[in-house]
Amino acid sequence: MTSSSRTVSPNGGARVELRALGVRYPNAAAAAVHDVDLTIEAGEFAVLLGPSGCGKSTLLRTLNRLVEPTSGTVLIDGGDVRERDATELRRGIGYVIQAVGLFPHYTVAENVSIVPQLLGWDRARIDRRVDELLALIRLDPAEYRDRKPRQLSGGEAQRVGVARALAAEPRVLLMDEPFAAVDAIVRASLQDEIARVHRELKTTVVFVTHDVDEALRLADRVVVMNAGHVVQTGPPGEILERPADDFVRHLVGVDAETRRLATERPLIER
Amino acid sequence: MTYVAAHLDRIGALLGEHVVLVVSSLVVALLIALPLGIVAARNARAGGAILAVTGAIYTIPSLALLALLVAALGLGRITAIVALVAYAQMILIRGIVAGLRGVDPALVDAARGLGLTARQTLLRVEFPAALPVVLGGVRVATVSLVALATVAAWINAGGLGVLLFEGIGTNNPQKIVAGALAAAALAIAADLALRAAERAVRT
Repeated sequence: MTSSSRTVSPNGGARVELRALGVRYPNAAAAAVHDVDLTIEAGEFAVLLGPSGCGKSTLLRTLNRLVEPTSGTVLIDGGDVRERDATELRRGIGYVIQAVGLFPHYTVAENVSIVPQLLGWDRARIDRRVDELLALIRLDPAEYRDRKPRQLSGGEAQRVGVARALAAEPRVLLMDEPFAAVDAIVRASLQDEIARVHRELKTTVVFVTHDVDEALRLADRVVVMNAGHVVQTGPPGEILERPADDFVRHLVGVDAETRRLATERPLIER
Repeated sequence: MTYVAAHLDRIGALLGEHVVLVVSSLVVALLIALPLGIVAARNARAGGAILAVTGAIYTIPSLALLALLVAALGLGRITAIVALVAYAQMILIRGIVAGLRGVDPALVDAARGLGLTARQTLLRVEFPAALPVVLGGVRVATVSLVALATVAAWINAGGLGVLLFEGIGTNNPQKIVAGALAAAALAIAADLALRAAERAVRT
């Protein structure tokens, strides 16, 4: 399998820039995203971290225009995303969501090949690509190609979700809490996989999570958000060692405290 | 059942007419119900209006509706088909609306995010996912139409109702029973076939 995964060539990544980005939903009291300036370098693994409702998913969804900003600009490789057709833009950006959203009436192979099909790739190229991708995410093509989504475990389904997102060699991969719905052991193995895939493909990854451990584990750079603002960006070590304010200290610290308590509880109960 | 034995040809011919009546009504009804159902599923206000109107049609007694339509369109098969199409609307549209509204929002989010257009999302993702429920509506509508179509004989539209009306007119219980059993058998067969179709499209 490692030999076949080697046949997937790195796509490289695109640089993503947000300039004075703001999103205000109709009838909402406060902006969901407020005046965010952020540059994600080509090939970087950026993790947007924050509590639910902090605007991280909204921010993510402006990159593929599922949400249109009310102010500011999103640039991918220097080009304003609003100058591109939304559908065509999305076909060049991978998208993975927590609920996976595999199409239940399609096989694994059909799910993975949906974007290449829309792009008009020929049959042979699509077949080759599907096998490549299944090997990349470590699902045996012979065994999994023709399965239906209901015949997959939660972890397998999300692997296929990742393969589907990577199918058309996107230079940006958006992941919205992709591993939040699976159990801890499966989550750890999926995290290993996505880290490896990122190393191999060098795709720019923008990954949303509320899980501090996950963020620290995967990120080249953590972007901490609160109430629509970016409160700190930096490599994981810097976020841990020099939290910018009480919010970040609390976010990182409380988690450490929770972990400590969780490991102590059995002793107390004894 | 000496009547049945002696008149198999005639019963078969009337059964054939009955099937043609139901199937053609169903095809026309679906052509109307599909766009209306899609609109109703997308737009709550339009959906309310569409379901109110089709629901009102559904409550009109079948003989009364036929009588009204005969006044406008005359006797015959076309008039019967118009009535059957009108009756089927509520059941079909309800099925389409329930099916489309029941589609997992994650499927639509994933489809849009991957770059399917709204139309591709509807045709490739939402409609296939809604199909078992939509087919459930088609099945209920079909069974209802098989029963309703017997009344069509009253306006010279043929079908198994001919046996019922002739049997009543000539006081021939065997004819009535033959017509009723044939219609019931047809309804059961349609029900079973469409249940199998529902199972086949369920993922």
